[in-house]
This record gives sequence, structure tokens and C-alpha cells, in this order.
Amino acid sequence: MKRRDLLKAGIAGILVSRQAPVFAQANTVHILRWNDFVPAADKVLREVFAPEVQKALGIKLNVETINANDLPARATAAIQSGSGPDIILLLNNYPHLYASAGVDVSALADEVGKAQGGIYAPAVRLNKVGGKWVSMPWSLVPSLVAYRKSWFDEVGAKSFPKTWQEYLATGKKLKANKHPIGQTLGNTFGDAPTFTYPLLWSFGGQEVDGKGKVVLNSKATLQSVKFMVQFWKDACDEGGLAWDDSNNNRSFLSGDISATVNGASIYVAALNAPDKFKTEKGEPLHTDILHSPLPAGPNGVHNYHTAHNHMVMKYSKNQKGAIEFLRWAHKPENLEKWIVVQKGYAVGTTKVWEKHPMWKDYPVMAPFKTAAAGQSRLMGHAGEPNGKAAEAWNKFIVTVMYAQACSGKMTPEESVKWAAGELGKIYT
Amino acid sequence: MGRGRARQDLHLRAEQVRVSRLTRLLESEKALAAALLAPGVAILVIFIAYPFVMALWYSLTSIRVGDPGHFVGLDNFTKALNDLIFQQAFKNTVFYTFWATIFKLALGMWLALLLNRSFRFKRIVRASMLLPFIIPTVLSAFAWRWMFDPTFSVMNWALYHGGIITDRLPFLSSGDWAMWCAVLVNTWRGMPFFAITLLAGLQTISPDLHEAAALDGANAWHRFWNVTWPLLLPVTLVVVVFSVIQTFSDFQLIYVLTGGGPANSTHLIATYAYQIGVGSGLLGEGAALSLFMFPVLFAVVWVQLRYLKRMENG
Repeated sequence: MKRRDLLKAGIAGILVSRQAPVFAQANTVHILRWNDFVPAADKVLREVFAPEVQKALGIKLNVETINANDLPARATAAIQSGSGPDIILLLNNYPHLYASAGVDVSALADEVGKAQGGIYAPAVRLNKVGGKWVSMPWSLVPSLVAYRKSWFDEVGAKSFPKTWQEYLATGKKLKANKHPIGQTLGNTFGDAPTFTYPLLWSFGGQEVDGKGKVVLNSKATLQSVKFMVQFWKDACDEGGLAWDDSNNNRSFLSGDISATVNGASIYVAALNAPDKFKTEKGEPLHTDILHSPLPAGPNGVHNYHTAHNHMVMKYSKNQKGAIEFLRWAHKPENLEKWIVVQKGYAVGTTKVWEKHPMWKDYPVMAPFKTAAAGQSRLMGHAGEPNGKAAEAWNKFIVTVMYAQACSGKMTPEESVKWAAGELGKIYT
Repeated sequence: MGRGRARQDLHLRAEQVRVSRLTRLLESEKALAAALLAPGVAILVIFIAYPFVMALWYSLTSIRVGDPGHFVGLDNFTKALNDLIFQQAFKNTVFYTFWATIFKLALGMWLALLLNRSFRFKRIVRASMLLPFIIPTVLSAFAWRWMFDPTFSVMNWALYHGGIITDRLPFLSSGDWAMWCAVLVNTWRGMPFFAITLLAGLQTISPDLHEAAALDGANAWHRFWNVTWPLLLPVTLVVVVFSVIQTFSDFQLIYVLTGGGPANSTHLIATYAYQIGVGSGLLGEGAALSLFMFPVLFAVVWVQLRYLKRMENG
């Protein structure tokens, strides 16, 4: 074939396909996400999504993953410099904090919600700012208690304790048996606030009232802090003050702790490596793990599930490509590939995923199936999960309130007063 | 032909004039100094002066991520002064800098005196001593974090199995312990810098002075105190100034080792400013917090340099 013939054939190909060759499109989408606690999920993005979206839409997907605790810093740097990833994963209500930097994705959110049975109410509140979707909800990671059934049986707890007082009584026995409860009270994004906020709510404490006035310094809050101090001393591994989100996974999998608030990453890791993680009797560890919601306090049962949202950045030069990628990724036949490897650790933000057949394969994961649907409260309760609530969350004020009292740095009264003061500075 | 020659001559003369102008310019000390300084000044302006001025401006505004904000005067500074975590971070920074510098100086001096002696494998020992300083801080801090891990600490394991402790030591889960752990790691990392610089200083001291002092009956301590220490003082002061600046503005080590925890007990000014400014997107407040470092460091450097100058003059 002569050079001239080759050129002719190429041009003819472009005319027939009505599409520029891939190399000429420069249609690259750079997405920044966390290092998933289920590594197989990142693998799906890189090894399945990337080639498939390239084939389907001609989009070259560049997946970058970093520590979840560093996401806000990367987002800030990218927004201020006006350059960086086209899509950034923002946890919880951070979309409110960065609302002005996000492209309006209302059309996409409406389309996905309509086609998939509706988006869960908490995800709507976390991503919609001023009536506009500033980010697209991607998944929810339910936080429940993972616990060792056999060790709970040993101390006479045939089912998971229903109230905090029962949990304390059981925890005392577990700690005496050298199987303490493990809980982080460190400055970390997930397992700390997903424990401390529900604890506060279940005792009747709240950050603000419906009008945004700080009401944290209350009898109910103080009760919850006093309870936590006792719970910490009598039932918990006190090293948890220095834990991040990965410490409890390691401690549980190595047989050091008997229970911990967690996404299902512990169970999924044990399930994926039955020969590596075993009970003291040599059985696969996953056969001895169950999940439960947190116990009830005087004000009922509350849980908080971490929301994962994708923001298409306004500075992006490829906003169209980024939205097209998200539209493609949210199609059930595509998203399913990512959801299935999570085995229930992360659930979809639309109701359609509750009916997926995968739930039949993992009965232990059943509490995760509808956990997101049952979530009634968000940070900043009883106000909105707005930028101020995000700032309070990001400064770990509620978690530090408990940590200061548990470490003896402050009395419960001093710590509650301190936290209310810090919230007051944000909500002025 | 004649015209061509004339044109060639003209070109040659013009070239000679140009060369002589350039030579004159280069021979001018002022012009040469300016030319040589220009790249350095440009780097300083772009990478130090500009960010500093921007930080100053940010600190006077309510800028937050994605929102340019407006001028708020000294509000951010007032807010910082009333912030209990910042107050603690400030105290922590002073504590951390003071003790880490003391330990680095004492141990660095001791190490330098040892390395100044002749022994087998001296070169290998000197080179390996620099390892903590060469390894990226993030990596070494991660290694230390593992050694201090609340559950899997190798030190706890060794002490427990050695029968020395019956319960885990709370290396990073107690505020006081965590702060001392940070001082320890900083000392480990910074001591080689002290040792190698002081060693260089020691090698400039003539052995004759020691011999003369020894002949006069001075013992080892007297020789160190009356001969070595005074002659080493200028070098020591410079090293201390550098160390104070680096330690006071330290970020990486605390960020990796403790993240400011537990319960904000180990935040330094830099890590807290980062959490507020970058982590929470409150850029104005973060800039104000970080600027609190400036007057302190300026005062330290000024006092030490003044002392040094007085010594040189005296």
C-alpha cells in the first residue's frame, strides 16, 4: 500500500465513522478518588471501566487514588489553582463546602434518579445545594458494627446488645477476656465520626437546632460523653485514640478486638482471603463475623453512612467528557461491575440496587442492603448538612469532644463546653 | 571588490564595538554583580516573597476555597488567639522545638566528638550516621509510626516479651507520650545534621591548642570547655538557628506520625494551619495561623545572629 492510499483509507474511515480518530480527540478524563478499602473496586475502575469507556465513548480514563484523609486538601489545592482532576470524589457533605467549584449536574442526577427508582434522601441533601445538584452521588458506605459471634457467645451475648448499657455490660466481659471493643477516636474521616455522631444523636444530643443555633451544650450531650468515658475505660482498647480508619481493620483481622464500627471492609477482606484470616480454632474468620446497627440510646437508634460523591470541577477543560463518563458509569450494566466486587461494602445511591441478586450470595451482608434507606440524620442536625456542618465535621469537633474526655485531657463538662464553643465560632 | 572590502571592514568594526561594550559591561562590578544575583533574586521573589505576600493578604481576608472573600482586617488573627486548639498548638510548637533542639545539640555534639577520633571503619560509620537525615521524612515517620503503633508496636512487643511491661505503653494514644515520641523522632532525624556540621567545625580546631592545654595540665573536660566549645560556638549557633527554623515550622513528621492527635494534643502551628487552611478550605484563617510563626522565628534568628556578630567583633 502506498502512502497516498493509506491517507485516503484513513480519511475515508473517519468520514464513514463520523468520528475523529481516538488520538486526535484528546478526550481524557482525570478522576481523583480514595484508595478503596476494597482494592478490587479500584481494579475495576482501572482494568474494566477504563478500556470499556475508551471503546464506548473514546474517553481515556485516568484514575488516580489517594488516602481519603487527603482528599479535601487535594480538592482545595485544585480549586484554588484552577487545575487538576476533572472529577474529584468528595465524601459526605463536602460538596456543600466546595459548591461554587462544581458544575451543575442536575440533568444527570434527575436522569439517573428517574431511571433507577429514586436517589436516597440523604444523598439528595448532601449533593443538592440551593436547588442545584453540585455533585453526583456515587455510592454509600454503610457503617455498622462488625463483631465476633463466638466471642460474644462466650460472654453470654447470644445476639448483639440492643442498648448502649447492654453493650457496655457485654464489652466489660469482652475486655476482661482480652477481646476489647475497638473504636477509633482519632482525627480521621470515617470510623470516628460515623461512631461519635450517632452516639450523640442516640442520647438526644445535637449540634444545632432547626434554626442553626448551637445547642450542643446540653444534658443529653453530657450524658453521652460521660457514658463514653466509662465505655472507653471498661470496654474498649484505649489505643483507639491514635487510630485512623485502617487500624481497626488490622486489629480485628489479627484477632485483637471483638467488635468495631466499620464499613464491611473487614468482612470482605476476610471473605476474600479465608486461608489468611482464621479464628483461633482454625475456621475461616468470615464465618465468625456478623453485623449489627449501633445500639439504641434514650433517643433511639442512629447510624451514619459515609456518602461518596463525584464533583465535576468547573475549572475542568473537559466538563462534557467528565459528565459523559459519569452518565456511562451510572448505567446499571456498567456500575454493576463495580458494585458486585464490593460485595455490599459500598451500595448504590439509588433504590434499584437493593434488589440486586448479589445480596443472596452474602447473607451476612443483609444489614447493609437497606442501611442507607434507613438513615434519618446527617451532620449538622437538626439543621442542614451545609458548609458549616462540613467545617465542623472536618475539624473533628464532635469526635474530639469525646476523645478529650476519654483521654482525661478534659472533664466531660469541660469538653462539651469546649465543643459547643468551637461550633459557636463556626455557626456565628 | 573594493566596496566589498569596505563593507567587511565596517562589519568588523561594528562587531569590535559590540564586543568592547560587552567587555566593559562585564568588567563593571556593579553590572556583573547584578547579572549574577538576578537568577537568585528571581527565585527568591517567585518562590518566597510572592507566596509570603499572598499569605499576608489572605490572612487579612475571609477567603475560603472557591470564594475570594473580602477584607476583614485582623479578624483572623483575633480568632486564632481565642482558639484553644491554636493556643495548644503554639505551646506544642515551642515545647517540640525547645526539647528537640536541646537533644539534637547534646547528642550531635557527643557524636561529633566521638567521630572526630580515629577508629576502624571511621568513614563507613560517618556515612551511615547520615542515613536518618537522607531518608525522606515521610518514609522514616511511617516506619516510626509502625514502631509506635497502638496495637502492633514492635517496642511494646519486645518490652512485653522481655518481661519489662505487663500492659502496652501508650506511645501515640496518650497526648504526652505522643508529644515526646515526636520529639524523639525529630531528634533521631536531625541529630546527624548537628553531628556532621559540628564535626566539620571540630576539624578546623588545631590539635596544637589541645596539646598545649594538656601540657598545662587541663583534663578532657577542661580542654572541651575552655578550648573546643569557645572555638565551636559560632558553628554551633548557626546550626542551632537552622534547626530552630526547621523544627518550629515542622509539618511532615507530625502529619504522618500523629496527624495532630490524639484529641489535637500534638498539633503544631504548621499542621493546624494546614488542617484549617487546606483541609477545611478556610484559606484566610489558615494563612493567619501560619503567620504566627514568622515573628517568633524572626526574633530567634535576630537574637542569635546579633550574638554571633558581637562574638565576631569581640
